[in-house]
Amino acid sequence: MFGYSMAEIGNIVVMQGFSGLSMFTVLLLMALGLAIIFGQMGVINMAHGEFMTIGAYTTVMLSKVAATYGFTNYYFIFAILIAFGLAFIVGYFIEFVMIRHLYKRPLDTLLATWGLSLVMQQIFRSTFGAKEVSAELPEWMLGSFQPTPDIDIPINGVFVMGLAALVTFGVYMFMFKSRWGLRVRATVQNRTMAGAVGINTAKVDRVTFALGCGIAGIAGAAFTTIASTGPTTGTLYIVDSFMVVVFGGAASIVGTIASAFGIAQAQSVLQFFMTSSMGKVSTLLAIVTILMMKPEGLFASKLRK
Amino acid sequence: MSTLNRRGFMKGALLGAMMAAGLITGHAFAADFPTAKVNTTGLAVTDTTVKVGILHSATGTMAISETGSIQAEKLAIEQINAMGGILGRKIEIVQEDGASDWPTFAEKAKKLLEKDKVASVMGCWTSASRKAALPVFEKDNGLLFYPTFYEGLEQSKNVFYTGQEATQQILAGLDWIAKEKNAKTFYLIGSDYIWPRTSMKIARKHIEQHLGGKVVGEEYIALGDTQFGSVINKIKLKKPDVIYAAVVGGSNVAWFKQLNAAGLNSSKQTMLTISVTEDEVLGIGGENLAGFYSAMKYFQSQDNDSNKKFVEAFKKRWGKDAVIGDVTQAAYLGPWLYKAAVERAGSFDVDKVQAALPGYEFKDAPEGSVTVEANHHLTTKLRIGQWGKDGQAKVVYTSGYIKPDPFPKGYQ
Repeated sequence: MFGYSMAEIGNIVVMQGFSGLSMFTVLLLMALGLAIIFGQMGVINMAHGEFMTIGAYTTVMLSKVAATYGFTNYYFIFAILIAFGLAFIVGYFIEFVMIRHLYKRPLDTLLATWGLSLVMQQIFRSTFGAKEVSAELPEWMLGSFQPTPDIDIPINGVFVMGLAALVTFGVYMFMFKSRWGLRVRATVQNRTMAGAVGINTAKVDRVTFALGCGIAGIAGAAFTTIASTGPTTGTLYIVDSFMVVVFGGAASIVGTIASAFGIAQAQSVLQFFMTSSMGKVSTLLAIVTILMMKPEGLFASKLRK
Repeated sequence: MSTLNRRGFMKGALLGAMMAAGLITGHAFAADFPTAKVNTTGLAVTDTTVKVGILHSATGTMAISETGSIQAEKLAIEQINAMGGILGRKIEIVQEDGASDWPTFAEKAKKLLEKDKVASVMGCWTSASRKAALPVFEKDNGLLFYPTFYEGLEQSKNVFYTGQEATQQILAGLDWIAKEKNAKTFYLIGSDYIWPRTSMKIARKHIEQHLGGKVVGEEYIALGDTQFGSVINKIKLKKPDVIYAAVVGGSNVAWFKQLNAAGLNSSKQTMLTISVTEDEVLGIGGENLAGFYSAMKYFQSQDNDSNKKFVEAFKKRWGKDAVIGDVTQAAYLGPWLYKAAVERAGSFDVDKVQAALPGYEFKDAPEGSVTVEANHHLTTKLRIGQWGKDGQAKVVYTSGYIKPDPFPKGYQ
């Protein structure tokens, strides 16, 4: 088949499968925070990518500190936590200063957060310089597992996968099993009524927004294992993130997961059989076609209008 | 005592003092070259100053790459000024920001040439920005020194190209790797825009027609893409002797990290890139790159006296962590070539300057001696560097001098 032996084909199926899964988890991490903010609050956060960049720079800076003091092998776990914390705090602050004044004007949030993203990019550039930098990875994260001599499973890919699973599980628990989640869902469904029964909707909004930003920070930290960090890194991811969220159906976490999985697998398989660019184009065409038939996305939330 | 006399006296005294100290011998002084004679076309040249433009992206996505060029050009100009300037005139820099936006480059070029009347411009980086600014330079008869290695297929009397054109970088590199590694099969991969595509076209022709090799795959990745899983699996199936790569920007980092993670490190896979310089290594990380090869005309680690001086001066001026890539060095050549051209012409007039430069040999360039050819490109050597974990390359091969050929026959 295609001039390859069966053993080779088998290896490729395994590695392609992994490559698709790994792309899925990357897309999921990118889109999860955006989906929470967009889905729950209707805010189109164009600065989402810059919150990822906050996480990425945090990791890079920590890796420098770790290299100086010789704890490179352990720092990454802290980096993720601190990346989350920093992005969360910045998000909390931004919501208070800017976003909360715009809830009734969803389109204006697009413009405002886009401006915010430009401001943040310039801050990164002034603080860290224009050049791209890279975090030094712990040694255990380099290299690959080799179950057979011809199959290589990248360890950093496995790590990102595990992290994505953990974050997704955390978000699920938060949204559906905690009192906070209950308040968030109540606020989304009927803001006035939620307020009337004593939920502090302003606070719910602020925490939800900050949480979305914090998850972006985690994504940023995770991406330092596969890509570089620069002032404009965030813009690379923002289109893909929106694609996943819109395709999945804006208000649905399940939709985001399904959409990330679908897009990643389609792209991975198509890119193997076509050229890389054509694989991407075909995926986009498929998404557009499906969205024309299902304008609300794969999993539209069933809200009474 | 009138002002004039006093100034004349001061100058004489200073001159006398400097000569006595043995600081200057044979340097030109503005007084020897009255502005009315050396500048008949109304450029911004006075008895004591000459304005030169710097036009790069200080903001936007290209700032990452162009910052090094700006630094190198400023350093060269400061050094020239410290030596007394050009024909006794200190260079004044007029810096404009192209902002990674091609129409802005054209607009700023127009401003520099028509409003500031700069005598020459050091600038542009991407081919897109050069192509946008080129009509302006041709219309206003300006002079541009362009530092980036590029795809060729261009020649203008208003531009001097201080980087290599495609054939200088590609042919010698492929010849070396084919011979050295006994390579027969090649996998070509690049970012999806004009420079990698043109480069790969030339590479493919050379591999198939002159090296008797075979191209087993050719792949282009969207700019900024960070997912290489499928491509890497394809490469693993084809098992090429050599990966020939021209991936640019942030994608580069993802490409090398994922390649390593997939088990294709330099001990298992030979790779030659034409897009990785010391600047990119900062982002990629030396440990992901160790053992792979780059084909460039300059590496920071090059061992000669003029390079040692250059590296030292650069780090002194821009910080000890600064690194110098191929384009940064090429940008450094611009002001020096301009100075040489003006001095050879004995004039700042653009037509005379550009006529005077071809044939000039710049012996003390950091990369080693280079010669300006009639087609406004430089005759240079190509070097192959092997990357180490420290982010520096060891030069493992230096070619002979390669004459530039921007319109190669049989490769188009």
